[in-house]
Amino acid sequence: MTDALTQADIDREIAAEHAAYGKRVADGAPVEHHPRRDYPPYRPSVLRHPKRPPIAIDVTQDPELVELSSPAFGERDITEIDNDLTRQHAGEPIGERITVSGRLLDRDGRPVRGQLVEIWQANSAGRYAHQREQHDAPLDPNFTGVGRTLSDDDGFYRFTTVQPGPYPWRQHLNAWRPAHIHFSVFGSAFAQRLVTQMYFPGDPLFPYDPIIQSVTDDAARQRLVATYDHDLSVPEFSMGYHWDIVLDGPRATWMEEGR
Amino acid sequence: MTKIDTTRPETVLPTPSHTVGPFYGHALPFPGGEDIAPLGHPDTVTVHGHVYDGEGRPVPDALLELWGPDPEGNVPTADGSMRRDPASGGFLGRNGVEFTGFGRIRTDANGHWYARTLRPGARGGNAPYLSVCVFARGLLVHLFTRIHLPGDEAALAADPLLSRLDAGRRDTLVAGEEGAGTYRFDIRLQGEGETVFLEFQ
Repeated sequence: MTDALTQADIDREIAAEHAAYGKRVADGAPVEHHPRRDYPPYRPSVLRHPKRPPIAIDVTQDPELVELSSPAFGERDITEIDNDLTRQHAGEPIGERITVSGRLLDRDGRPVRGQLVEIWQANSAGRYAHQREQHDAPLDPNFTGVGRTLSDDDGFYRFTTVQPGPYPWRQHLNAWRPAHIHFSVFGSAFAQRLVTQMYFPGDPLFPYDPIIQSVTDDAARQRLVATYDHDLSVPEFSMGYHWDIVLDGPRATWMEEGR
Repeated sequence: MTKIDTTRPETVLPTPSHTVGPFYGHALPFPGGEDIAPLGHPDTVTVHGHVYDGEGRPVPDALLELWGPDPEGNVPTADGSMRRDPASGGFLGRNGVEFTGFGRIRTDANGHWYARTLRPGARGGNAPYLSVCVFARGLLVHLFTRIHLPGDEAALAADPLLSRLDAGRRDTLVAGEEGAGTYRFDIRLQGEGETVFLEFQ
């Protein structure tokens, strides 16, 4: 990770990984819905991915596995305004207000009910309210950028926040992250656990960002991008984005009723 | 397009995973995340260790989640791991009585973590264990592993997962005894002594 590493170097590596994936699929390998943990264009992955393949556990052999159940979260774990990131301080945060909503679904397309959805994000200037953040964009005293909610009986979640800004992150010269909101989601089984990032449509930074490009399958990558939804826009208040989340997990969890 | 049409099953495809990144510290951890056991419970155990990268260096920005059954092997159903305070907008902590079975712990600047929880009971034909989910900057998809406590060698020998592994790899899933109900469990993400990670199918 030296100063010599340029965007052009990363672009070449991204293209090579994309081509290698295309060849694997053409040769009959399955579609990859998730990134590979070993993805060198994203340098921090180099020393932090296991070299040995994971040990497979066939959950159909044992319905008692701890990983087939999930921790419970309830009304005590949420306050009424936890899903409104614009109301957590005395004043209004600066930025374009947005409404982000969608459904939490399992692989069978059924709603996942009553589960915890947590989000965190940079402010409208592209700065996190995190001590170690080094980007010298301004902090916003009226914005922390953290929210949580429980999915409802139809699997819907809904947040009010401000549009996060893109920000530089120093992996290579001129490295910029496209604007995104981090999501952490629980399913009815711990094995369905998901942490991911939601992006905004048409962001010009997509091709340059090794993190979104770590999802080498073009269709899968599109599933990380929210859809602008005029019906979700609130008149005189906010722009609406729709983003459905489908939890992966072992086959057995597809047949479980969401809590 | 991210409006899923649930009447067309072929469009219901998984949302890809992404790294938790470096800046989750003001969002995901909550006070008392590591103190899962109800205060003063006689079955309390302390589990702790380091997380290491492929060069053996401690990982100072990993996030661990622990999920386990109670000492009788029952899966907890109580919520309230991260009780909120509607008055201040802060956290109340756990209520000191109920066992939620869930904990969330950040490694410190030395890459060290600890949790106090209840000794898990056995479920089905498995030796008792705590399920662990590891997140970190650099980890594009989280990792699952399991913490077994030493002691009941017969149960460990009969465990369907442990019995499939050779001795060296198996030992990465069994914590070391340090006395006084304290156990050491290091997680090596890569390289020599790499922890066994699991994939549920």
